[in-house]
Amino acid sequence: MHRKDNIVYPYIPNSVPEVKKIMMDEIGISDIMELYEREIPEELRFKGKMQLPDPIYDEYSIKRHTEKILNKNKNCSEYLCFLGAGCAPHFVPAVCDEMNGRGEFLTAYVGESIADHGKWQTFWEYSSLMAELCDMDILSIPMYDGAQAAASSIRMANRLNNRAKVLVPEKMNPQVMMVLKNYMNSMPSADIQIVTIKCNSEGCIDLNDLKNKCGSDVCAVYIENPAYLGVVEMQAAEIGKIAKNAGAEFVVYTDPISLGVMEAPANYGATITCGDFHTLGLHLGAGGCQGGFIATFDDMKYIVEFKDLMFGLTDTIVEGEYGFGEVLYDRTSYGSRDKANEFTGTSTGLWALTAAVYLALMGPKGMQEVGTTIMQKSQYAAQKMSQIPGIQLKTTGPFFKEFLVNFDMAGKKVADINKALLGYKVHGGVDLSIAFPDLGQSALYCVTEIHTKDDIDKLCYALQGALTC
Amino acid sequence: MLRDRYKRFRKFHQAKWDEELIFELSVPGERGVLVPLAEAEVEKAVGDGISVLGKLKRKKAPALPEVGQMRVNRHYMRLSQETMGTDVNIDISEGTCTMKYSPKVQEHMAARHPGIAEIHPLQDPDTMQGILEIYYKTEQFLKEVSGLDYFHFQPGGGAHGVYTNASIIRAYHQSRGDTKRTEMITTMFSHPCDAATPNTAGFKVITLMPDDNGYPPLDAFKAALSERTAGIMITNPEDTGIYNPRIKEYVDAAKAVGAICSYDQANANAFLGIARALEAGFDMCHFNLHKTFSAPHGCMGPATGAVGYKSFLEPFMPVPRVKFDGKKYYLDYNHPQSIGMVRQFIGNPNVVLKTYMWIMQHGTEGLKEAAKISVLNNNYMMKKLKEIRGIVMYYDFGPGKNRLEQVRWSWAKLKEDTGFGTDDVNQRLSDFGIQHYWTSHHPWVVPEPFTPEPCESYSKDDIDEWCGALKAISDECYNNPEIIKGAPHSGPVHKVKHPALDEEALIAVTWRQYQKKKGLKK
Repeated sequence: MHRKDNIVYPYIPNSVPEVKKIMMDEIGISDIMELYEREIPEELRFKGKMQLPDPIYDEYSIKRHTEKILNKNKNCSEYLCFLGAGCAPHFVPAVCDEMNGRGEFLTAYVGESIADHGKWQTFWEYSSLMAELCDMDILSIPMYDGAQAAASSIRMANRLNNRAKVLVPEKMNPQVMMVLKNYMNSMPSADIQIVTIKCNSEGCIDLNDLKNKCGSDVCAVYIENPAYLGVVEMQAAEIGKIAKNAGAEFVVYTDPISLGVMEAPANYGATITCGDFHTLGLHLGAGGCQGGFIATFDDMKYIVEFKDLMFGLTDTIVEGEYGFGEVLYDRTSYGSRDKANEFTGTSTGLWALTAAVYLALMGPKGMQEVGTTIMQKSQYAAQKMSQIPGIQLKTTGPFFKEFLVNFDMAGKKVADINKALLGYKVHGGVDLSIAFPDLGQSALYCVTEIHTKDDIDKLCYALQGALTC
Repeated sequence: MLRDRYKRFRKFHQAKWDEELIFELSVPGERGVLVPLAEAEVEKAVGDGISVLGKLKRKKAPALPEVGQMRVNRHYMRLSQETMGTDVNIDISEGTCTMKYSPKVQEHMAARHPGIAEIHPLQDPDTMQGILEIYYKTEQFLKEVSGLDYFHFQPGGGAHGVYTNASIIRAYHQSRGDTKRTEMITTMFSHPCDAATPNTAGFKVITLMPDDNGYPPLDAFKAALSERTAGIMITNPEDTGIYNPRIKEYVDAAKAVGAICSYDQANANAFLGIARALEAGFDMCHFNLHKTFSAPHGCMGPATGAVGYKSFLEPFMPVPRVKFDGKKYYLDYNHPQSIGMVRQFIGNPNVVLKTYMWIMQHGTEGLKEAAKISVLNNNYMMKKLKEIRGIVMYYDFGPGKNRLEQVRWSWAKLKEDTGFGTDDVNQRLSDFGIQHYWTSHHPWVVPEPFTPEPCESYSKDDIDEWCGALKAISDECYNNPEIIKGAPHSGPVHKVKHPALDEEALIAVTWRQYQKKKGLKK
């Protein structure tokens, strides 16, 4: 049987003709279009018909239809994934999925604390748990992603010291760089100039170049640690001192899952820590599970410069009961429109909530163990891969999770190797040859706690095959 | 037999767990979850893995709580019960936000199918043809909805979409060397992001106030236009639900001075298949996919601001673009005039997938039906609310005039009569099983405002229950004021002493700051 006329849509209860009639009678119309005709002039009404595919009304069939499309993707449960660069496969505890799937959380929005007390407490705990991880004191609710957090951190620095130049590593994450370039732009021209600092071939900062460029016109020195190319920036404290001596903010973009084993940026001089908390209990989601954070010390100078909502723990009229309130609402564009710090809006609340659940489950020991496992397994993978003829490990310093390998000796392009690896059901590392041609045919490999020794051995086997084909 | 919603009110009590903060549940040594460790052979090959960090090895472990898994699960389960999402309450309250029912089948696909949940965004495009197909086809759908030529899904929220549009307006003028265009015009009833995002993009913002019609007079609008005008960012209808019937004249006037016209269609629910950005003359628009196109709001995201453009603005759109060569889908980064990226990767595919499914589940007629029912619902609700003592409808042009999908109402009369205003009513509302309502963005041009939006998801009975609760509260304000004063009576917590935490001494946004302020930790 083919459904055609007078369908009652399951998601539109008042599409029942009898109900519609009762409502129309109540307001004295005989056709809903009368309501439009009174308000929207005829010339502004759309006379045509939207050309959309025939609908799939029933739930089973839309599920089948969607599954068929999604099954075309080669997912990372079926394939081994060694891709990183801001999004990486990590272990997702079941309780994380349980909580972000709870209908109350999933479908809540901007409810006030009298109705959404639980949401407010969860967000407050997100900020509190992240603060412990970062060893800092202040966070707002989250941002779109790490790139937005980086961009907003630099804008904060600019507002703090009114300087208009930011120094960034030349080998930083190219996608984050693109976001920064747009975010620093202005009319008629950019109001924060982005200047790159030289890096060595594995991505570490050239201190001399930094010293030469870090003058009294610099609002912030921005680094990534671990760096985009995976290497740990061991000179971080020195970089922080150079920034401090110039009166600039020291902004460090970090991977929060590294902070169980790596020192918190706050403890080597960072005045603003930022990053993406995607690694804390979230799926890959084809890039849809990112979330940005900014952390600072407890200083009103910084607090007033945050752009997003902050929820504060406070007392209710009943002794000993916890309640929550808005902190300095007028900082935000909800409170003061174009007079606000940048702009705020719906971002990644559900993922912040998930990160809170993750950190609550992991505790200090879990974070230390996961960091250790990542370092051990990634080192093992680097060691094994470097034994393959034609592959050179280019990361010589300590690294976290990601490392740089070069295929020039093999005379192969990364793109071709990665195509060949797909035949072994392996997603090879990120091809760097377009973003950083000076690195030759290099790739960024990412190994995390989810990869087993067997997975790594399988990767090496596949690479050998790919290099000899 | 449905209850008489104007006589029999829901006796609601929200969960009240008096739940501890997660830090207070910590017992040293407890574990919430165990993670995989390196195999013995791996450890043998590389050692402890972390000594190489030297001076950058963490010296003091983060002071995270140590809590067993059952207790963590119970903790957040309790907090979820102290939250009133659209799944559990009649969420007509959050006007301008279009709190639709998001069909569960969409969530089950987006959150659980490995073909999206376990896809890395930098995979070879050949291995993510399904995701790219969803993107490409959803772009084609939104072109039909808007009449515009191209769409992009990278922005991570509505305000982010408007920011992207402001960036594109800037890129367009900069590409022409037209750098004198430093001003952007918006209106007071447009969303705050229509003022804040052009400011962030480096423009001076001019905000026009409404006249007695509810929108700025055309002559004032024309007076604000000049060769300095880069663009206009405007909503129609604005938060009042009033459609500006002369919008085309505004757009034409702006274009005549060389400005780009951006249509904020965060909430386009009233128009699907009925009115489009193209016919009104706009050059660009954005849709909040988490509003009109059913994706849930997720405690404020993830979300998507889908941005649409006429073809002359195409060169400036973000990269990568999802394209189709007739055989397969691919990502195209080769747009030298592009503003670049506004977010990493391709946006939030989980949100775009839900949009795709929602459109496929409704089709051309279903989308139009959603729009029509949302307008019917609102006009039905208008009649019911007008009958309630103390409620005033501003910009009321009498019989024969309607509103589209929402109205900004006022309790000004109630305030005058009883001293109780919109905040008092709001506090009491959650006692009826309805979460607080949305008042208005600041400043409050309409006094004592509230802004409900009964979109097509809500039944007649839902609307009656919502209106019945307001009638009951109005009656209480006039006849039983004591009950209003102590409200809410059935919420998870009582009123906070200081809802606005603006003084340094009161600010405690994290556990460590709270401990410091309370003298619990040095």
